[in-house]
Amino acid sequence: MTTPRFWREIEQRYRGIGVQCEICDRVYFPPREICPHCRRESFGKMNERELSGKGKVLTYTEVHDPHPDFKLLTPYIMAIIEMEEDVRVTGQLVGVDYKDVETGMEVKATMRRLGEESPEGIIYYGYKFAPVKDKHE
Amino acid sequence: MRDVAIIGIGETQIGELWDKSLRELGIEAGLKAIRDAGVSGEEVDMLYVGNMSAGKLINQEHVAPMIADYAGLDDIPAVRIESGGASGGMALAEGYISVASGFDDIVVVGGAEKMTDVNDEEAKKILSSTADQEWETVCGATFDSLHAMMARYHMNKYGTTKDQFAEVIVKNHSNASNNPNAQYPRAIPKNFVMNAPMVSDPLGMFDCAPLSDGGAAVVLCPAEYVDNYNGDPVKILGVGHGADHIALHDRREIGGMKATRIAAEKAFKNSNISSKDIDFAEVHDNYSISEIVAIEDLGFFKKGEGGPATEEGRTALNSEISINTSGGLKAKGQPVGAVGINQAIEAAIQLRGDAGDRQVEDARYGLTHNVGGTGASAVVHILERWSE
Repeated sequence: MTTPRFWREIEQRYRGIGVQCEICDRVYFPPREICPHCRRESFGKMNERELSGKGKVLTYTEVHDPHPDFKLLTPYIMAIIEMEEDVRVTGQLVGVDYKDVETGMEVKATMRRLGEESPEGIIYYGYKFAPVKDKHE
Repeated sequence: MRDVAIIGIGETQIGELWDKSLRELGIEAGLKAIRDAGVSGEEVDMLYVGNMSAGKLINQEHVAPMIADYAGLDDIPAVRIESGGASGGMALAEGYISVASGFDDIVVVGGAEKMTDVNDEEAKKILSSTADQEWETVCGATFDSLHAMMARYHMNKYGTTKDQFAEVIVKNHSNASNNPNAQYPRAIPKNFVMNAPMVSDPLGMFDCAPLSDGGAAVVLCPAEYVDNYNGDPVKILGVGHGADHIALHDRREIGGMKATRIAAEKAFKNSNISSKDIDFAEVHDNYSISEIVAIEDLGFFKKGEGGPATEEGRTALNSEISINTSGGLKAKGQPVGAVGINQAIEAAIQLRGDAGDRQVEDARYGLTHNVGGTGASAVVHILERWSE
């Protein structure tokens, strides 16, 4: 991925900024200009909404044949997370052994390194998810 | 709308074809189909080519005019259709629409993909680019891992097992053993599948279709003109398209494909038949889980019963419904943009009664099902044996 393409999405990748439809209150991440439920009525009515970062594992896998950018992490865990705001996000799970992962497990977004443009290029950061160990965390 | 017939079919061997280029694959398939139909080049009104990613795989865009040119048909309009893994099926639907509407009479629909000019790692990365590049793959998701998460979800929700996934693969390899064009024309034992190296848990190496080179083509004409040509016709009875969100995580249902259900509903409605009438189907088994999800969403089995039905042999050749008699994407091979055409060719071979040892007895209705990405697009065709 090129630098401008990544840079355009820093708000989403660093802070978890999504949108909420003013008409139906549904939350979307990443942001959409148009709510798929309210369609044209929603245009101009999609307001910024920061996600809490908390959610539960909906489904998961351990990747042995990796995306080339993540070769050094192999095997790594991918999951789809159902966020508190009823929106789903794909991300890696960290800080947990694969054998301990289960559906419904509570996780929280955490800022991690995702890759780099080239060995000398800028580093890309973004969200991964880690288990919530203490519920009051 | 006019009724439409397939009057010619042609496909290349599928496999790692080091000595053949994309244009050669397209031409070989196209010429076979034109010869089979008994049409001449100047009669062809239009060429559609299904192709997923020539731009990335061989650094060549604009492939449809290139293939037409080297087939000696440089004055025939040619357009490429892209819809990820459903490119071939979508191209066939375009061909069907242009003949049915009366706009064109003779249309050639081809599909071709050349996947082995880049290394395996690069080819898999390109295949993954049919998922959402900014919100799935950038985080580390691969095409394999997205299907693995579908599989995990299906296992948790419906109790589907890894054993049942393996049964899909064993069946499809067994069917391919009677298909001379298949990339892997041989049966494999279940323990090979079960003990294969892990790709993305729970999917092992044998749960995944290969990356293949191949070309396929069919010739379409209005049903009322079939007597003007030599080709042994089959009828395209109905077509349906379906769609859904691009990213797997945005779909409300992870263990099913809405795009498939919509496409099937429309195709059955257009054909005036139901899933119970279908004798055999070529479904998009790019992974073992994909076939299980497909046979449920196409209405052959209830949701959650796809795994047990496969295990009980109800999808084997000449059982309740024969699924992937060609060997499917897994064993016949996966030249991505050609897949939808390969499926139509298998349907035509079956309906002509030319399938030899893999013939479905008394086959009257066949269905083909082609999926793009992890389910953002799907297209279903229903074909019928020709009757005067």
